[in-house]
Order: sequence, then structure tokens, then C-alpha cells
Amino acid sequence: MAKKDNTARIHEPLFHIAKRDALPLGKTVLIRASAILISLVVCAIVCFVLIKINPLELYSTMFEGVFGTSRRIWKFLKDSAVLLCFALAVTPAFKMKFWNIGAEGQVLVSCLASVACMYYLKDSVDTWLLLIIMFVASVLAGAAWALLPAICKAQWNTNETLFTLMMNYVATNLVAFFLIKWTPDGSSSLGSLPYGHLPQVLNEYLLLIIVVALLTVGMYIYLKYSKQGYEISVVGESQKTASYIGISVKKVIVRTMLVSGAICGLAGFLIVSALDHSVTTESAGGQGFTAIMVSWLGKFNPFIMIITSFLMIFLQQGADRISTEFNISNAFPSIVTGIILFFIIGCEFFINYKIIFRQKEVK
Amino acid sequence: MDKAVALELRGVTKSFGSVIANNNVDLTVYKNEILAILGENGCGKTTLMNMIAGIYFPDSGHILVDGEEVVIRSPKDAFKYKIGMIHQHFKLVDVFSASENIVLGVKDGTRYNLKEVNNRVLEISQRYGFNIDPKKKIYEMSVSEKQTVEIIKVLYRGADILILDEPTAVLTPQETEKLFKVLRRMRDDGKSIIIITHKLHEVLSISDKVAVLRKGEHIATVNTSETNESELTEMMVGKKVDLNIHRSEPVDPQTRLTVSGLTSTNHDGIKVLDDVSFTARSGEILGIAGIAGSGQRELLEAIAGLQHLDSGEITYNNPKNGEVVNLRDKTPLQIRDLGVRLSFVPEDRLGMGLVGNMNITDNMMLRSYRRGHSFFVDRQRPKDLANEIVNSLEVVTPGLNTPVRRLSGGNVQKVLVGREIAASPKLLMAAYPVRGLDINSSYTIYNLLNKQKENGVAVIFVGEDLDVLIDLCDRILVINSGRITGIVEARGAKKEDIGLLMTKTERVVIDTEEENNG
Amino acid sequence: MNIFTSIFNYLFSAIPLGMTFLYGSTGEILTEKAGHLNLGIPGIMCVGAAGGCASIQLLINAGITNPVLIVVVGILCAFLSGALMGLIYSVLAVTFHANQNVTGLALTTFGVGVMKFTMTKLLPVKYLNALPYFRFPFNSSQTSLKYCGVMVFLGIAVAIATSYVLFRTRVGLHLRAVGENPATADAVGINVSLYKYMATCIGSGISGLGGLFYIMDYAGSREAYLSIEALGWLAIALVIFALWKPHVSIFGSAIFGALFVAGSFIPSLIPIAMLQKMEATPLLKMLPYVVTVIVLVVTSIRDKKENQPPASLGVPYFREER
Repeated sequence: MAKKDNTARIHEPLFHIAKRDALPLGKTVLIRASAILISLVVCAIVCFVLIKINPLELYSTMFEGVFGTSRRIWKFLKDSAVLLCFALAVTPAFKMKFWNIGAEGQVLVSCLASVACMYYLKDSVDTWLLLIIMFVASVLAGAAWALLPAICKAQWNTNETLFTLMMNYVATNLVAFFLIKWTPDGSSSLGSLPYGHLPQVLNEYLLLIIVVALLTVGMYIYLKYSKQGYEISVVGESQKTASYIGISVKKVIVRTMLVSGAICGLAGFLIVSALDHSVTTESAGGQGFTAIMVSWLGKFNPFIMIITSFLMIFLQQGADRISTEFNISNAFPSIVTGIILFFIIGCEFFINYKIIFRQKEVK
Repeated sequence: MDKAVALELRGVTKSFGSVIANNNVDLTVYKNEILAILGENGCGKTTLMNMIAGIYFPDSGHILVDGEEVVIRSPKDAFKYKIGMIHQHFKLVDVFSASENIVLGVKDGTRYNLKEVNNRVLEISQRYGFNIDPKKKIYEMSVSEKQTVEIIKVLYRGADILILDEPTAVLTPQETEKLFKVLRRMRDDGKSIIIITHKLHEVLSISDKVAVLRKGEHIATVNTSETNESELTEMMVGKKVDLNIHRSEPVDPQTRLTVSGLTSTNHDGIKVLDDVSFTARSGEILGIAGIAGSGQRELLEAIAGLQHLDSGEITYNNPKNGEVVNLRDKTPLQIRDLGVRLSFVPEDRLGMGLVGNMNITDNMMLRSYRRGHSFFVDRQRPKDLANEIVNSLEVVTPGLNTPVRRLSGGNVQKVLVGREIAASPKLLMAAYPVRGLDINSSYTIYNLLNKQKENGVAVIFVGEDLDVLIDLCDRILVINSGRITGIVEARGAKKEDIGLLMTKTERVVIDTEEENNG
Repeated sequence: MNIFTSIFNYLFSAIPLGMTFLYGSTGEILTEKAGHLNLGIPGIMCVGAAGGCASIQLLINAGITNPVLIVVVGILCAFLSGALMGLIYSVLAVTFHANQNVTGLALTTFGVGVMKFTMTKLLPVKYLNALPYFRFPFNSSQTSLKYCGVMVFLGIAVAIATSYVLFRTRVGLHLRAVGENPATADAVGINVSLYKYMATCIGSGISGLGGLFYIMDYAGSREAYLSIEALGWLAIALVIFALWKPHVSIFGSAIFGALFVAGSFIPSLIPIAMLQKMEATPLLKMLPYVVTVIVLVVTSIRDKKENQPPASLGVPYFREER
């Protein structure tokens, strides 16, 4: 039977990969934490090689850059809140396995809608009324921008990833168009408009942060405790089961994308009325894409997403600080963010799959 | 017998976990011969063939090709020994043409030239009498054309031993006849052909020899000319085993569901249901017997509002108010809103009946979450229900928050059946509810179904084990290729008779002593 | 300047600009045909540009003046830098089964960062010395014919070659099978992972050339690198527009290029009041995306199998073992 043993060994590869059951929470946290740790070490090496900075000094500068002054902390919280808001918007769609990567565009058109209200209505109406009109316009614009791909997906199974991606650039150019139209001097810069500002609570950021905090709780409840949230989970897990129990998959797709777009609309409204009071093609600042990662890394759980958006903003602002402090390219944040993301993305594999090594022959 | 041996299996054993799929199987295939492999569902035919084709690797045993021991680790190795398998589920690229699919993966060192491939495909077609357009795209093809592509794919690689897994399951009788003609020509050309099938009359008409497998073991290989249908059936189904399932007499059976003339075509254009008519009565278990994939799933899904119908009616007699409602072309939601108390335990437990990643409580909610006008779901009642089911059916689970996919098969099924019964149905349909379950869990399910029957529920039970069907059900409906081939009284029914009906293509009236070959 | 000169200039601005998209989309088609939606293309183009420019500057610093050597090494380094990015993507998305969208977006973030960092370290006065080499043979032309440098011809050649490989060779057949139905490809003995790796890495390398082309031929300016990311997204749009066929991409890229630069030329060509205004430029730039969306929707409505995205696009392949 020696021959048989031999064949069996040839057949079995050195290792094979199998999906594994859910790991206990402690272990997943451990895997993620070690991934981040390794990535930080790699970043430190990269930094040292590229710009010859002591890694410890580097990270302390980052920390100082984010939490050094109360103003920086506020900015950190504000940016995290905005990012989280975007992420909350895409989450219901993602949970349904509808890959809406169009948050950028949905936010941008809603910013545009808000600013259009400010631009055309000026002070012809009371501020509170203007704010309401802006809010409605924003939400409608965001929802409409999301509705288009949703209907096509539901009706003809049009690839939603590509569709929403294209809609981002349609939105960018639409904003560019109106900017030229609204600025006769050709500067294409609208400047801060003095209408429709949200009232300030303590400072210009706090109200926004509170709204997003409420939204986070609301989204958590919506996804976990509402009937619609339940339907989203079922559709995302198995469309077959959904039809088996009589859920209309098309209806859920369209409705969920409307929710998704409307929250983007809210984000746009907040950006315009509380922060920028203006619109540029950069109003969403690329955070629509970062939000996808925030949502995905946060496992579509709004509360974990708070942590992941903190992490993203910490990386961005910390690295920003490094650039100014050590006078190096402002591109440095993206490199660091990129490297850390690679590790976090990669480590998911070890959470979802297990590697089974070939068992030793027992003689 | 002075033919040369093409392929020989010696003591081949394969198990998956604790289930032994093939136990010490010996098999010999000669050149210029068509060997039919016969056996019930789950008897290990496909597993055995997959080992020859390199999909699985045997745990022990030897495979010999042309008298030499070989190691077949992959389909590629199988081709090296000129073995090719035509699987039941076609492995074709939809947007490719026939030729492109045929030449896919072939590395014969020649320059890739589609024209030459087309010519060779035509050449092979002419040689064996196929009828195919090499440039036609797969998605434009009928099922039999796709099958032809699969066969040519194997011949193109120069296979001398062809294995066909239930090739006739998807074909019309005319197409089957054409296929058989081709197979005979191949045999006469020196090839060895192994054909897996359930249909006895086909076995008798096409094969030179028949090998019968039962429960993973090789029972016998006989010459086709020296056997007959009843002998083969007996070998295939074995002796009747008494299961001691308690069966009560139906009390006051009333017609609950009437199905008439159901016909349905799937997207491949195959008739999956063909003029199906029957009634299901309260207080009775109606068994559905048939070879897997004969239309059982489609039939139940049609009743549940999940399968599109070409024609036919489904009517439900509501015992509460005596109303008769038509269920045809209704969605599951509409059916429920009509006051139809229909519960359905689908075959695909984790893919359809339950959501694997959700916990028991959330799976309980699938049926009931819409209750009430609140925007929010009520988790308390499903939780109570989950607790009740876990306790009463002895579901082994770490807790109610465990995702159901982590439970064992039997426990998953208890959760599903428990939920469906908790809706207090008047009509309960269960597809293969004991598949993959151990003895104890199986009996739990039988008892649950019996209790429902005693409560006056009309139960439809799709099963595969004939012993169970005969001992559990009151009447047994036998279906093959979407057609009903017979409805028999379960009490006193003979296993061989049902086995025979499962292989017929036309309706047969049993007990008339008439051997109708259809 | 008469109208013919304007048309001439317009055309020869549009076609070379289109090459930037053509490189990007050809690379992306190769990747998508293997079943991988790589949203990292903009980042990959950026890194390609950075790698190419860096190598050129190094050569020039080393005192090498041989134009052929500089061009060849520049192109090679751009290709390799892009391919390296493709390797990162493959490890994460193929081996680690990571979500393709997330991986691609992270790659873009990273790539843009790497490029900006590198480009600020480089000296435009150095690497731009090679501009005439890249614009050969029309480098002395005073019209926009000057943009028709070697990489324009290379781009068209690469697109045609890619189409040839995809649709006329065994390797292409296998690759398409991997993207359409990996399980089937696996069953006939095709090494699915290998094909995915190769397609992604070579595709990324080709995309990387797009970035280099834009800096070293079309734009030829110190600020050019800032526009590459935006052009990268357009390359992904072009893939859909061309229905996953590189030879169609050649024409598509010219159309996209024409729409992109229309703002600067159309006012002098067509005396329609509305188009005379600056406002029209963004609308014209929007057109490629709008047209792409229309193409995407129309093909999904018509549901013609040949024009659909590869069937397994975006779905990681995992051979489940029993």
C-alpha cells in the first residue's frame, strides 16, 4: 500500500483555504489590532526611508496634530462627523449588497441644490424658511441622484457600481457648470454666501456633530429594529429567501437607495448650511470614497463606523500635520492611509477564512 | 467475453465526513461497451464517477486504465488517460460559441485557430451523427444542443472512456433517441461509455451491461440481455425495511387543495411541470416520490407562488369560511392575504427557508415580522417562539443568538419545520425534510408531520426514501420529468412498484398487472 | 487662423488626449475580462507616471542623452510601476478575496499619494528635457500634431494587440473564460488565479503608461500630474463605452478626447451663441459620463449577452471544497 500513500500525498496541496465560522469577537479584534500595528510599523519604515524621520517622533507629531489644541480636536470631530454621515448614507445600500459608490456625487448635487436655493432666494425669505427649503431641496436632489441607478438596477439589473461611479462625475461637472454660470467674473469661485446659515451651538461644529450623532443612533435603530431594516438584511443575505417570504426585492432596492440618497442630501445640506456656505467641485472632498471604506471596515454597524471614521480622519489629519511640520509633500497622508488600508483589508481574509495546512502523515 | 478491459476500479472507497459515499466498489468497463450505472438517489453513483473523472480523490482503492494503475488527481489527469465526463450541470461559458467552449483549456501545442477548431468539431459531428453549428453561442442553444457541446468537448480531447451523468434527464424522448443513436455509434467506434440513469427502459434499450449500486455499495453487474425491469428494480431498491412509523387513519378527509393541469417551462425551455393534477386532503399525508429533479421543487414552488406557470389552476378550499380561492399567479404575500394558511419547508434550507447568517430569533421573524402597524419589528414574540421550539424540539444550540448556519443539519431543520408549523397551517408542504438528518432527528420530523395530519392539516411530503414514503404517507404521488406517473395508496404499496413508476415517463395504472413500457 | 487649421488642431488635440484614456481603459479591460473591477486605475496611472518620470530624471542625471534609451526605459519603468500596483491589488483581491471596490479605492488613494510625493521630489526641468524625445517624430511641429508622439502609436498598437490577444488567441479565450465563469475555467484545467494575477498586473502596467503619456507627451508641463486622477476615472467610463473591446476603445478614446477638449475649440468652430460661452465647457466634459451611463443602461435593457460586463465581474472566486 505504499503506492497509495504516495498518491494521497501528491493529491493534497500544502494547504488549502476554507471559509470559517464566525470568530469570537476577541479574536477578530486581536487580528485587526495586529494588522493595524503591523501597518504602523511598515508606515514607520516607509517614513524613515523616504523622509528620514524617527518613527516615534512621527507618530507623536501625528497625535499632536490631531489632538494638540482644542481647535484641532473640534476639527477632528467635525471631519469625522462629516465622513461618518457619508458612511451612514451608503450603509443601508451596502447591507443590501447594492454597491453604491456614488455618495460623492449624491452629496455634491445636494450641496449644489442647497446653494442654488441660497443663490436664487437670497434674503427674499426668512432664514428659517430658507433653511427648510434648502433642506428639502438637498434631500430631494440626493435622493434623485440615487434613484436613477436604483431603478435601473431593479428593472434591468444594470450594474450599479459603474452607474453610481459615473454619476459622481456628472455631478462634478454639473457643479462646475453652475459655478461658471454664477460667477460672471470667470473666477468659478462662489465664495461664502451670507444666507441660510444654520444657527451655531457653542461653535460652528457642534450642531453638525450632534445631528450626525443622532443620525448614527437613528441608523442603528433603523437597521436593527425597523421592519425595513430587517427587509434590507434579508435581501442582502439572500434574494431567494426574500422572495420566499414575499418581500418584493425591487421595492426594497428602490426604497433603500432613496434612504441612502436622502442621507447624502442631509450631508450636503449640513456641509453647505453649517460649514462651507458655498459649493465647489471639491465640496465632498473625496470623502464619498473614503466613506465606502469606513462603512465596509465598520461591518455596516453604525457604532463601529464611528471608530473607523475616527481612524480615517486621524490618519488624514495626523499625516497632514506631518507634512507641514516636516515640510514634506502634502501627499504624505494618502500614502500612509493607503498602506494602513491595505493591511486592514488584507486582514479580513484571516477573519473570514482559515488556512488548513496539510496534516502530517502519522506513521 | 474476450473484449479488452478499458477501465477497472478495485475496492474504491470514499467518505465525506462520517458519511460513506462509496464502500469498496469494484467495477469493470470494457471497450466497445455501454455500461449503465443504476441506483437510487444518493446511492453514490455520481461520487463514484467523479472519482474516475478527477473531481474527487478516493480514500482508498485502485483505478486501472488499460490494465495499468493510474492516479487521477484532476480532470486534467483524467483527460490524460482519455477519460471524459459529461456532468449533469453543464460547465459552459454562455457567451462563447460551441467551438470556443470545446477548445477551452486544450493545450495541444498547436496554434489557436478557431476555423480549424470549427472544422474539427464538424468532423466529429459527422463521424458520430451529431447535429451542431460550431459558431452558435451557448446562450442561444437548447439544452440538448448544450449537451452535444459537452459531449463533443470530451471527444475533442480524444476521450475513449465517456461518462455521462444522467444525460437524458433534460431531454425529450426524441432527443433521447437521437442521443442513444450517437452513443451506439461511439461504442461501435471502440469507445467505452458509462451512463448514469434512473430510467429502466432506457437502461434496457441502450446498455450492454448494468451495474447496480445501492447505499454506496456495488450490488451486481449483469448483462442487459439477461435481465429485466423487475429484477433490476429489486436490486436497486433492496428489501423493504419496516420503520415503525406510527400512522393513524385519516379522519374525515376533505379536499383542501386542488391542482389541475399545471404546466411550467423553465428558462432553458424545458417543461419542468407537465399537466400535473392532483388533490391534497385534510388529515392526510400525500407523499411525492420521484427521482431528484423530476419537478418536485417546481411543483411546491408553484403552489407557494414562486414559480411561473404556463397553464393550470391551483385552488384552495378555505376550511374557515368554505371559500374557494385561486392561487395561480399570486405572489406569496397575496396568497397569505387571501387567508390561505400555507406553510412551506423548502428543500434549500439555508438558501431559501432560513437566512444562515441570522440567529434563530431573526429567522423566526421571517414569517411574522410584518405583523402589526408599527414601524419597528417586535422581537419578543419571535423570541418566545424560538425558545419554545428550541425546548420542545430539543434543538441543540449554544443560544438563540447563534447564526443558524452554525447549527447541525438536523437542528437547522427543526428550526425551519418548527417555524412553519408554528404558523398553524392548514396546508403544509415539506420538501425532503429529513435529508441529511440522523435517525432521531428524522423521527422527530415524522412525528411533527403526523401530529399536523392528526390536527386536520393537509400535508404534502416530498421524500426520497421509499421505505419512509410507504410507512409515513397515506397516498403517494409519483412524478417523473414533470409528469405524474401514478398515484398509489401507501398502505400495502410495494417498493418495487413505486420504484418502477419513478422510472416511467407515462402515467401507469398500477395493480392492473399490465406491464406498460410507456 | 482659418477654420481648417482649427479643425486640424482640434482633432490632433483630441486624439492624443484620448490616448491617456486608451491606455487606462485597455489595461482596465484586461483586468475586467479576468473578472476584476479595478477601481484603482486612476491611482495606477498616477504611479505609472511617477515611475516613468523618476526613471527619466535618473537617466538624465546620469548624463545619458540617448533618446531611444530614455524613451524605452521611461516606458518600461512606467509599466513596471503600474504592474507593481496591480500586484498589490491581486494579492488583496485574488488571494485574500478582499472586496474589489474597497481594494481598488484604497489603491487609488495610495497611488495618488505616491505620485504627488514623487512628483514634488522630482525636478520638471530635468525630466521635461525628454519631452521632444517622446513627441518624436512631430516634436518640432507648431500645430497640435506635435502631440502625436511615439506613445500615441504605441497606444494604438497596444490596444489592437490586446484585442487580438483577447479575441484571437488561446490565452485570450482562457482569460475571458476566467472572467465569465471561473468554475468552468477551473474545471477544464485553467489556472484561474494565475490568469487573474497576470491580467491584473499586465493590465495595470498598460494603464500606468497612460499616466506617463499624459505628462511626457500631451501636457508636457510641471503641473500636469495633478490632472491624471480625473482622467483615470474617465478611462473606467471608456471601458463601458467600448463594451469591453479595446479596438472599440480606440475610437471611443478619440470621442472622449474630443468632448474633453471641446470647450477650448468649439467656440471658434461653431458660431452658436450658447456654445460660445464658457459655461458650455463643463457640460461638454460631462457628456462622456452621460453617454457612458446611457450605454450602460441601454445594454442592460437590451440584455444582449455579448455586450454585458463579464459575468463574474466583482465576484471573488473561491473553490469550495467539500
